[in-house]
Amino acid sequence: MNHLLRELAPITEAGWKLIDDEARERLTPALAARRLVDFEGPRGWEYAGANLGRTAPVKGAPVEGVSAVQRRVLPAVEARVAFSLSREELRDADRGADDADLGTLDGAAQRIATLENRAVFHGWETAGVTGIAEASTHAPIALGDDCQHYPRHVAGAVEALLRAGIDGPYGLALGPDAYTNVLETSEHGGYPLLNHLREIVGGPLVWAPGVQGAVVLSRRGGDFVLEAGEDLSIGYERHDADVVELYLVETFTFRVLTPEAAVALTP
Amino acid sequence: MGFDQYHEPPGELPERTRTFARLCASLTEEAEAIGWYEQRMAVEKDRDALAIMRDAQGEEFKHFCMDLEFLMRRTPLWREIAQGVLFKEGDIVEHGEAAEEGAVDGAADRGAPLAGSTSLGIGGLLEVRS
Repeated sequence: MNHLLRELAPITEAGWKLIDDEARERLTPALAARRLVDFEGPRGWEYAGANLGRTAPVKGAPVEGVSAVQRRVLPAVEARVAFSLSREELRDADRGADDADLGTLDGAAQRIATLENRAVFHGWETAGVTGIAEASTHAPIALGDDCQHYPRHVAGAVEALLRAGIDGPYGLALGPDAYTNVLETSEHGGYPLLNHLREIVGGPLVWAPGVQGAVVLSRRGGDFVLEAGEDLSIGYERHDADVVELYLVETFTFRVLTPEAAVALTP
Repeated sequence: MGFDQYHEPPGELPERTRTFARLCASLTEEAEAIGWYEQRMAVEKDRDALAIMRDAQGEEFKHFCMDLEFLMRRTPLWREIAQGVLFKEGDIVEHGEAAEEGAVDGAADRGAPLAGSTSLGIGGLLEVRS
């Protein structure tokens, strides 16, 4: 048994499969960052942080004549979202019910995916994570309300990347509001805006819950690194006669290696 | 009747692994039967008997293919390597080496789960079309 303590849960093998499949199904479309940045790992639960290869000075040493520096690391974040399931629903699923209500699992999956996107694109200051948009060395471009102008703004972002010597292919992370606007819009002549934007960036447009506005970034590799310790997993917390309490967990670090490889488009 | 398809104590194996092992055993049996029919047909002189054996061997081909498809659906890495080897012209060994290298490295790059991990195995999604 590992740290997730799954074997202690009053859940059958079929029940765990149902839960894991549902979580995977809900998480995959929402994990926008993983479609656009390098993913390394998983390194395992023991992974504690990323080596930055840099040092910080240490003032004074307890013995005269000794100098010292301290290695710098980026500590891994351990993100966890609790959810609960009805044991009666799980029993019904074991009996063959194919419409089991998996309680708050869907909401938990959405929250942890949003958290990961948010940390990657906008940072998480208290956890020491700097996001792509805040690290960018390019002036942000305002998207504005009229999405007919999105192609001009996105093309401007691509041009800024090319001027900085940042090669493609590029990708576009769109916050939910901007994404909906794009889907609903056809340009003059009926050509879908979605296709036009995709042609401009030469890569995917990704629905990115947690992103404010949009971000254009290079997908050539080596610029942004999401490093997983424990990849998204489901663990057991406790149960009573009616409810099983579980949680979604992941540990990760995120580093921007090339700040000029992305342009933020503000809402 | 024995339980030779299990290499480890069956009670310690998850249900999914037991099913996988059963289908591996079935795949082996189908391959053996294909070989047996091939030998019988090679020595059979009676045309009617030969036709029956050819029909029976066809059944075994079908069973083998169904077993194989099931196992590869359950094992994406196996499927990926098979896609680099099966139904292709050219040097089989070269295709095999290239497919194995590409699939294993690709799985590592995508962040396939560590052996023994109970994670959801999502990893990186860079290759997923958006």
